[in-house]
Amino acid sequence: MTVSEIRRRLILIGPGLGWLVLFMLVPFALIVIYSFYQRGTYGGIVTIFTLDNYLRAIDPLYLNIFLQSAKIAGIATGLALLIGYPTAYFIATAPKRYRTTLLVLVMLPFWSNFLIRTYAWIVLLNREGLINRALIDIGLIDEPLPLLYNQFAIIVGLLYGYLPFAVMPLYAAISRVGPEVREASLDLGGSAVGTFFRVVLPLTSGGAATSAVFVFVLSIGNFITPDLLGGGRTIMVGNLIYDQFLSARDWPFGSSLAFILMAIVMILLFVQALFVRHAAGREDRTHV
Amino acid sequence: MRKALSFGLATSCAAMLMMPLSATAGKIIISNWDGYMPGNLLERFTAATGIEAELFLHATNEEIMGKIVANRGVGYDVLFVSSPYAEALANLGLSARIDRDLIPNIDNLYTEANHFPHDPGNKHSVPYAWGTTGLCYRSDLVSGTPDSWFDLLRPADELKGKVTMLASDRWLMGAGLFALGYSINATDPEQIGEARDLLIEAKQSLLAYDDTTFYAKLVTGEAALVHAWDGWCNYGIAENPDFKFVVPKEGSDAWVDTMVVVEASPNKEDAHAFINFVLRPEIHAWAVENILYKVPNQAAMESVDTSLFETYPNLAMRPTDLLKLEGLRDLGEAQRYYTRAVTEITASR
Repeated sequence: MTVSEIRRRLILIGPGLGWLVLFMLVPFALIVIYSFYQRGTYGGIVTIFTLDNYLRAIDPLYLNIFLQSAKIAGIATGLALLIGYPTAYFIATAPKRYRTTLLVLVMLPFWSNFLIRTYAWIVLLNREGLINRALIDIGLIDEPLPLLYNQFAIIVGLLYGYLPFAVMPLYAAISRVGPEVREASLDLGGSAVGTFFRVVLPLTSGGAATSAVFVFVLSIGNFITPDLLGGGRTIMVGNLIYDQFLSARDWPFGSSLAFILMAIVMILLFVQALFVRHAAGREDRTHV
Repeated sequence: MRKALSFGLATSCAAMLMMPLSATAGKIIISNWDGYMPGNLLERFTAATGIEAELFLHATNEEIMGKIVANRGVGYDVLFVSSPYAEALANLGLSARIDRDLIPNIDNLYTEANHFPHDPGNKHSVPYAWGTTGLCYRSDLVSGTPDSWFDLLRPADELKGKVTMLASDRWLMGAGLFALGYSINATDPEQIGEARDLLIEAKQSLLAYDDTTFYAKLVTGEAALVHAWDGWCNYGIAENPDFKFVVPKEGSDAWVDTMVVVEASPNKEDAHAFINFVLRPEIHAWAVENILYKVPNQAAMESVDTSLFETYPNLAMRPTDLLKLEGLRDLGEAQRYYTRAVTEITASR
């Protein structure tokens, strides 16, 4: 690589790298540092080293909140893949002139605020809400169903909010496979089902892993949905961290929880990268 | 107790990034809850005094407290905070001593409003609004007249799944502590533990924990009885006269939202001038007429059209009666017991 080539690359990567260092690595470093200090009574930190914040995090009370959050985020992720995959498949195999429109439709909800969209679910799901009213009116039920302020509502909210994040990577992965690969499989005697499960699905597993990580990571850190749709009756790790900073005044403990959450996210991203690389290897072989 | 009317969670994080860099001499920086003072107040203040002022918003006490502690208060001149936080700011030396000579309108306050347990003599804070916490209910949906915390904690069968409780730790715990005959400022871990157990039991019949939209739930009939601040119940009364507010017989808290001058402020005189301006009867009465809160300003309360007290009976609560209730105090280190108890409650199934 020549000197001018190196310079060109530095100029290209500089702004992005600078942004990341300043707004991601620096706050991240602060969180790591805070997590090893003691709390101040009114927020802030007392600079006395301690491991207590991490020991507290493995207290069954907090461990259970982590597990509970992982369970809720996991269910939301599974459903997002189940619903997102056919959607992405449909868009990727639709006639070309419709694809952009369909993709815009997937992204359309992002044009309005997440909070407003979450409130809309309250209007739909509450006991006097549209869904219960409709079900009672058509005589399917006599008493309103408890659709809101429980884990069901949280999962509905997360799934709704993050489904586009599942569809997009899946769409990209499925369109990369291309019709010629499917045609080749069919021409060589593969059934439609076999083609899907033995050719398309393995080739798009990298995209599926990316989708899963997106939805899981966004879900597990969410604190607005459990608060609004869960009615505050279920606490997730995002709420726990939020509470440490904004009501418990315990920044070091909040920092240690945030660090643990980030560590989990990092591990997931690492696993996803392995998956994508593995899938990419498989994809390369198909082009030989 | 003021909470941002709009949902505060998302905005508060963003707001943390937007602290004023430094207070410049000649311009005062005020931090208040959204919509807690007249929209044109600062323009009127500048027109009357020639002092420039700028408003920043905080969604919760904890949010502004975090900023002030992190930066020793640099960048702010006047803060609106609730009484326990005013007490904490004074204990930390972060709030300035109030110079009564610079606030002649302080004489407009009720005599009683000079004797708060959190700050006797208003040495470090000036009260802005006050009130209590109790039960707000739909008299057309609730049979009988609720008068006890147990009407909320162990509701009649017809009310199961139709009650909400405040989510803020001090008030949530307060309901349990008062029900058991303890103080809302209890620091004994055993009493806090008993209240926690009672609240875990109460969770079974609870629709939701809600600080921000409980009166809307009452309006739609989703809830029939809610744990509420008095001022917020008034918003319900404004839409439906069947709304009633009651202070449970076991007792409740008296909360005070206060104005505090920041010790680090380079413009303390101007900050005092602002507080003095707010205490003008015609300015202070705005909070009564528009957001339906009681204010500790006798001149302001007397200037309000009396029909308002008929529509909203709890606005007519006398200061002596209000102050018989227990003042909400800062708990210092004991706050951690409350935090833990509330996490145990919300994590329970």
